[in-house]
Amino acid sequence: MTSNEKNYVDMQGLQRNFGDVAALDGFNLQIQKGELVALLGPSGCGKTTALRLLAGLDMPDGGKISVDGKDITNIPANKREMGMVFQAYSLFPNLTAIENVAFGLKVRGQDTNSRLKKAGELLELVGLSTQANRFSHQMSGGQQQRVALARALAIEPKVLLLDEPLSALDAKVRTQLRDEIRRIQIEVGTTTLFVTHDQEEAMAMADRVGVMSNGKLEQIDRPNIVYSSPTSAFVASFVGAMNRLPAKLDASKVHTLGQSVAHGGGASGSDLVALIRPESIEVSVGKTSGSKTGSVLARSFLGPQTRLTIVTSETKTNIHVDLPSSEAGPFAPGTLVELKISAPTLLTDYRVKN
Amino acid sequence: MAQKMKIKTSTVAPRLGFGLNAWLIAGFLFFVVPMFSAFLFSIQLGDGTYTLGAYQRMLSDPGFGEAIWISARLAIFTVLVSIGLMLPTVTWLHIRAQRLKRVVEFITLLPLIIPPVVIALGFLGSMPLWLKDSVYMLVFAYTVLTLPYVFRSLDNGLNAIDVKTLVDAARGLGASWRQVLVSIIGPNVKSSIYGAIFLAVALVLGEFVISNLLLWSTLPVWMALVGMSDPEGAVALSVMSLVFVWLLLMLLSSFDRKRKVRIDIGGVS
Repeated sequence: MTSNEKNYVDMQGLQRNFGDVAALDGFNLQIQKGELVALLGPSGCGKTTALRLLAGLDMPDGGKISVDGKDITNIPANKREMGMVFQAYSLFPNLTAIENVAFGLKVRGQDTNSRLKKAGELLELVGLSTQANRFSHQMSGGQQQRVALARALAIEPKVLLLDEPLSALDAKVRTQLRDEIRRIQIEVGTTTLFVTHDQEEAMAMADRVGVMSNGKLEQIDRPNIVYSSPTSAFVASFVGAMNRLPAKLDASKVHTLGQSVAHGGGASGSDLVALIRPESIEVSVGKTSGSKTGSVLARSFLGPQTRLTIVTSETKTNIHVDLPSSEAGPFAPGTLVELKISAPTLLTDYRVKN
Repeated sequence: MAQKMKIKTSTVAPRLGFGLNAWLIAGFLFFVVPMFSAFLFSIQLGDGTYTLGAYQRMLSDPGFGEAIWISARLAIFTVLVSIGLMLPTVTWLHIRAQRLKRVVEFITLLPLIIPPVVIALGFLGSMPLWLKDSVYMLVFAYTVLTLPYVFRSLDNGLNAIDVKTLVDAARGLGASWRQVLVSIIGPNVKSSIYGAIFLAVALVLGEFVISNLLLWSTLPVWMALVGMSDPEGAVALSVMSLVFVWLLLMLLSSFDRKRKVRIDIGGVS
């Protein structure tokens, strides 16, 4: 792989300020050719700003953007060859589905026949060839977003930009379309940057997930690694559910919930907060109340899994425990339970001690 | 429009009954009686017989053709300049400068507040010499006068669509700013543009003070002149210009309706 393919999209030291607020603060991101990268973060973290800078719809106050080895920092949006799908429905209301898809080719001066042929092929790719003559208000939200995807792909963009394209859709259509976007992206092989606040979406679709906070990229890696080995407390708490338990540290062990467990290393200080995934705590029906016990406060059925909310007997902290629904029978609210931490997934919040 | 009115009366009528109908009839008479009286005045002779002589007289007067020609050119160029100036401006305000919208809105209202005499004199003083000699100078004065109507009409139209997203989408697909305005924004605020055109044309065909002060014989000025010697002829002219403007309105609104019908058919299929 050449260096141009490895750093196909290269965003370096991007700075974007809105008044006193820095939406992006030294943002760096490299995307490989053909890769789908998801940017994940809470609202206001700067992920959409990063996408708009790459699209050229907004200009950075500092930093550099290059695509395929070419500096595009000062190139206007209409010369960048990016295909974008927006969060809000963005089809042109005065054009039919097929005219929408063909619009990008029309402004490039392609003749009517060849552009309608190409647009027809793309509508077929997104499964909407029967809807070609419909206007946007005659289509469902999911269909509109498919047409928008076809429209973005029609110009054979250098990078496909997806700005929360699924967030306005209902849950069922969302998962369906999510899988379909991924299928099409792999089929066409377009380098893609996907912005979302939905971690499930990011995890399910992306080759790599970048977690953002306060205008910076906190961590970027394969989804399973971001989940299992977060490099900061923010990433750990933002991706997946996380329990926060008061803990003490000595030598190599972390003491919490009346147990001593090993930690990933790097932690210092004596009073800490231990971060533990709900599925990393085992429960069994307890006998006598003590430091390792708690009582069930609530039991929520979530399909294959059941989540217990437990208040610990000594520290009175609320914790969540996930277990297979088939094993949740004995844990009615009020039950006294014994808690056991399965060690390897324990994480320690390095920064906390207020 | 007619349909809307029908729905309104049929849903409200049972409760308000007589009162509403009486109001509608009163309103109708208020508009129609003067027009009908004017028409009657223009065709009636002193001895009680009727004739279309006044209309013939006016249509055959060489001054009529000249005045119509001047006013028509002024109307066309005023529409072009006014829409050409305001469509990009209001679009820009919507996508980049929402906060400036109020300032611009206030500025567009000034022609309604400043007396026409002041506008005309100020205008005369500020125009370059070569333009003072041309009737097209009035285009610029009229463009200023149409601002409040054109701004409002376009602003309403743009409020109804998600301008920012549509512009971003079109720009991202490679459209130049001109293509964005012509292929995307324009067609989607078509009815607002028609509305703005109609108001601008009506204004140009009715404007008297400025053209009279600047000594141009536009249709209203010529009508006033004729009225001094031939009152029936002047009234015949005003009836004709009323009918003309009314026909123009029908024409523009029929364009608008055609578009809607096409979409409705699509929805059924």
